Amino acid sequence: MSSSVLYDIPGPQARRRTLISSLVAAVIVAVVIVLVVLRLAEQGQFSGEKWGPLVNPFDPSFAAVWNLLGQALVATLTAAGLTLVFSLVIGTIFAVTRVTASRSYRWLVVGVIELLRGVPVVIAIFFAARVLPEVGISLPILWYLVIGLTAYNSVIIAEIIRAGIASLPRGQSEAGYSLGLTRGQVLSTILLPQAFRVMLPALISQLVVIVKDTSLGFIISYEEFVRTANIIIQTLRNPIQTYIIVAIIFIAINYSLGKLAEYVERRLSRARTTAAAPTHAGAVDTGAAGGG
Amino acid sequence: MGVIVEQFPLYVQGFLQTVRICILAAVGSLILGTILAAFRVSPVPPLRAVGAAWVTVFRNTPLAVVLFAVAFGLPELGINGSYFWFGVAGLTLYTAAFVCEAVRSGINSVSAGQAEAARAMGLTFSQSLSLIVLPQAFRTVVPPLGSVIIAMIKNSAIVGAFGVGGDLFAVGVQLTSAQGYAAAGVLTGVLLGYLILTIPAGIVLARLERKLAVAR
Repeated sequence: MSSSVLYDIPGPQARRRTLISSLVAAVIVAVVIVLVVLRLAEQGQFSGEKWGPLVNPFDPSFAAVWNLLGQALVATLTAAGLTLVFSLVIGTIFAVTRVTASRSYRWLVVGVIELLRGVPVVIAIFFAARVLPEVGISLPILWYLVIGLTAYNSVIIAEIIRAGIASLPRGQSEAGYSLGLTRGQVLSTILLPQAFRVMLPALISQLVVIVKDTSLGFIISYEEFVRTANIIIQTLRNPIQTYIIVAIIFIAINYSLGKLAEYVERRLSRARTTAAAPTHAGAVDTGAAGGG
Repeated sequence: MGVIVEQFPLYVQGFLQTVRICILAAVGSLILGTILAAFRVSPVPPLRAVGAAWVTVFRNTPLAVVLFAVAFGLPELGINGSYFWFGVAGLTLYTAAFVCEAVRSGINSVSAGQAEAARAMGLTFSQSLSLIVLPQAFRTVVPPLGSVIIAMIKNSAIVGAFGVGGDLFAVGVQLTSAQGYAAAGVLTGVLLGYLILTIPAGIVLARLERKLAVAR
């Protein structure tokens, strides 16, 4: 429903009113921006000293700073990639177990999923980093981050896949059974491939959450963007500028992933003519606001 | 696990601090998010742009980055405060973007025919919005808003990690790092604190969702 349904097509008077309020709003927004910029300029936040190392290739610190940021990017993508792979594998196992579990122990699977869903990701990461060494499992920091992130994201992905399976028409599994396929064969050759396809947009959106959550590695000193930014700030003393650059990098990565998800969703909804209408990517609550 | 009994008062304090952060940020982000949603459906282009920009920036930036940017940025703008308020502010700004999207999708989910019928009957804009569209939007908005708030409760732990102090997460750090308790016991206590908040909230939400579900 576009907002135009709420009111008639504006006549000359309404158009004039809209124009006036647009101008007023634009002026207010502009004034706020100017005030902020002036204030920052007053504090010397636009000085070459603060921005130079980040944006001027001839600055002596430029190469070192971007080298650090490049390493942070690699660290972030490594952690996100590993988390995605593990979460997909474990999430699929969770989903299949939940779908096929007999009633006698389904509550157990559901219980574990609900429990892990209620745990803040930071705590999961911190838990992995502090408790695993206590029980004698010492790993590189990267793995604590990946384990913490996987604990949370695998159950979310399990729910996405389960919703994908549920969205398929019954005829799919019925046809499989009538051909004499076993339950396992129906799942692995008929239901799961289609569920992944239907849920691809939701899975990509979850990847955005994973990328964002890798930033929590800073609490266990994993050198992703936030930790790296804090290191840069210690020498350059330019927190605002560094965080603006880090935010821009994150927005660039995640905005493109979001657009990719939208594109895939459009393509899928055009391609699917036989099966049921695809569930909307947001059908499962992927904890959209999940994590940081 | 003995630590939970030994340090129970500290846990209670941390729990209350977490609840305090959550209530402040929830109220703030619901108000701010609704205003942003109104911006996004308004016929005024500059306001729509502000809403869209806000959502794009804050949905794609990690909360940790938002928090650090707020803590370093606000003092430069002449806004000073304690880390507690910076933490609450960061969490509010971040969550407002998700509230905005939930509210907006709720308004958009009311089928066009409803508003058209209202207009055909001669109701004015404000009448059709307040009598026809919003009451129906409310039903669809409650479940997604609930999950946003539950996610926010979990995100409040990041505010603690960022250094607000005194909340459940900080209690966990203090007991393991400074007082040398075994992490397994300490963190189980911390986890229980969060689960006390999130699991009942999830159950209430599921109930509400079933109750408010309407066939469309």
